[in-house]
Amino acid sequence: MNELSVESIGLMAPGLIGWPASQAVLTGAQPYQADPIPAALGTLLPANERRRTTATVKLALQVAQEAMANDFGAVRHTLGVHTVLASSGGDSEVLDKICTALTQPDRPVSPTQFHHSVHNTPAGYWAIATGYTLPSLSLSAYNGSFAAGLREAAALAWMEQARVLLVAYDLPLPFPLSEQRQIIAPFAVALLLNPLDTAHRLALLRFPRETTGSATALENPALDALRLGNPAARSLPLLCAIVRHRAQRVALPVGEGECLTLEIQP
Amino acid sequence: MTKTAIKPLAMAACTVTNALGRGVAASLAALRAGISGLRPCDFADTNLPTWIGRVAGLEEESLTGNFAAFDCRNNRLARLGLEQDGFTAAVQHARDRYGADRIGVFMGTSTSGIGATEQAYQQRDPATGRLPANFDYQHTHNVFSVADFTRHWLGLTGVALAVSTACSSSAKAFASAYRHINAGFCDAAVVGGVDSLCLTTLYGFNALGLASTQICRPWDVTRDGLNVGEAAGFALLERAEPGESRIQLLGYGESSDAYHMTAAHPEGAGAVLAMEQALARAGFSAEQVDYINLHGTATRLNDAAEDKAVLRVFGPNTPCSSTKGWTGHTLGAAGITEAVFVWLGLEQGFMPGTLNTGQRDPQLGAGVLLENQERPMHIALSNSFGFGGTNCSLLLGRGAA
Repeated sequence: MNELSVESIGLMAPGLIGWPASQAVLTGAQPYQADPIPAALGTLLPANERRRTTATVKLALQVAQEAMANDFGAVRHTLGVHTVLASSGGDSEVLDKICTALTQPDRPVSPTQFHHSVHNTPAGYWAIATGYTLPSLSLSAYNGSFAAGLREAAALAWMEQARVLLVAYDLPLPFPLSEQRQIIAPFAVALLLNPLDTAHRLALLRFPRETTGSATALENPALDALRLGNPAARSLPLLCAIVRHRAQRVALPVGEGECLTLEIQP
Repeated sequence: MTKTAIKPLAMAACTVTNALGRGVAASLAALRAGISGLRPCDFADTNLPTWIGRVAGLEEESLTGNFAAFDCRNNRLARLGLEQDGFTAAVQHARDRYGADRIGVFMGTSTSGIGATEQAYQQRDPATGRLPANFDYQHTHNVFSVADFTRHWLGLTGVALAVSTACSSSAKAFASAYRHINAGFCDAAVVGGVDSLCLTTLYGFNALGLASTQICRPWDVTRDGLNVGEAAGFALLERAEPGESRIQLLGYGESSDAYHMTAAHPEGAGAVLAMEQALARAGFSAEQVDYINLHGTATRLNDAAEDKAVLRVFGPNTPCSSTKGWTGHTLGAAGITEAVFVWLGLEQGFMPGTLNTGQRDPQLGAGVLLENQERPMHIALSNSFGFGGTNCSLLLGRGAA
């Protein structure tokens, strides 16, 4: 216990369109350009479900399905993986619509909006899309949501001796909530984690029991602005370390003034 | 117990505040006396033909000083809950022993302080559409707010997160806490849940046709929906000692339905998985369970699905009941509320019945108690299920001596 392999990664944000295409940007070989994300995301969902879902659900499912692509291609039947979903604020588009409806005469809250309002909506759609019945946990730790999710995923992987899919996502809030909470761009990342050291791992993570107050920043100012502009993008120092295949320590914010220290081995 | 059983966690302290009153004594007295906390909906600024489980006097509370930024109904309820039963003092003792950074905070909530955003939307500037300047999204509405408030109130600096999986939230908080302690991320845990009345859930359940116009009647032949309630509950968990005499978290089970966003799997397949896993993790058989606190929301389909699941795992003879007729459905706080009710039952030798239920649905076969029973019990299960097809069962009791 205390180690975790990263088996695969899913990534989606402006200019980071999938893990393979993002690597040159994350190594610094290519400049970062915030190209818009594609419209068709989360295609794993059946079309009738996809029509009803929101941008939040599609973005979360997109990175989840990318990280799990090898499993979907496998012949063997799989029960699936445990999942941990981390998001600071969930689906603010839905919350905005409900709060707006509540200001109108007779308060016409849409039943669909209401059942999409729970924080675990993407987890529910993921289970429906994959048929996976293994447990899922949805959490928030505000700007520390990614690191809190990683810690939960690690604890879960060690406890169950099973693979865990961690999905972190946040999207810009609509006006007027956008004035209260600034998230500058959509960002979602998924890590498929294994408590065993697998042959084809992308990296090995260790969790030393030490805390530090200062989070690892990125050299590239545009990427660092993205890191600070979306709670899920607080994962970027980890992703950059993985793609550079170098042993490195990173500190990811997990609360006010506290960071989770990670040791990354190629 | 089998060799594979997990190491239990002792419940070192716990507390509940809900429509029955403040603290465990108020809940126990009302449970024993068969007095419901439900009332026709009188939540401010609503006009809905339903019943609710409101915490009396919450409107007069406020958070001030260092906690003023957190001021909203949900965090007021959290503080009210933390002030009962010596809970805050118990955590302070634990803090002296473990260190402030080694006690984790795992709080379940479904809607957090969305009521603050509802109010801010009522006060939008007519010209610009902007929200009022005094609205603080981070410390009220954001999902993490109640966990953040709780850790600040208790002076804890370690792991803190909000579990938000609809109505299984605070049951799954126990599972998350267990894992974090097992992994060495903390040595003890404050687990809990807080959900408070708001327009979103009152009008939302009404829109879904799931809110009863009458007092809720779990497992009744005439049941027609739930009553929304509000509650705060907390427990302090630490590793059980050898020969532990305190009541313990012996096991937990979790699953996903992978079926539908709001409708439970008709055969209760996910609920079966959660209950079986809780038993397996604890190393107990179904026959050893003395009592089940059902999720039992009193909607037609949820009770029917849970009934099938209970029958499949336990058969018709294990005593079970839903306590929603006392408190209403306290959503993200239901798991902790009912875990503490189970704790009370284990401590007191008391099985609550199913309040307001006159005639058991003849289509349902689980061993649902209508009347309270004074009967000793050793091992009990608590079920919590939620939107998105999320299921969690907690097994509590005194382990093998």
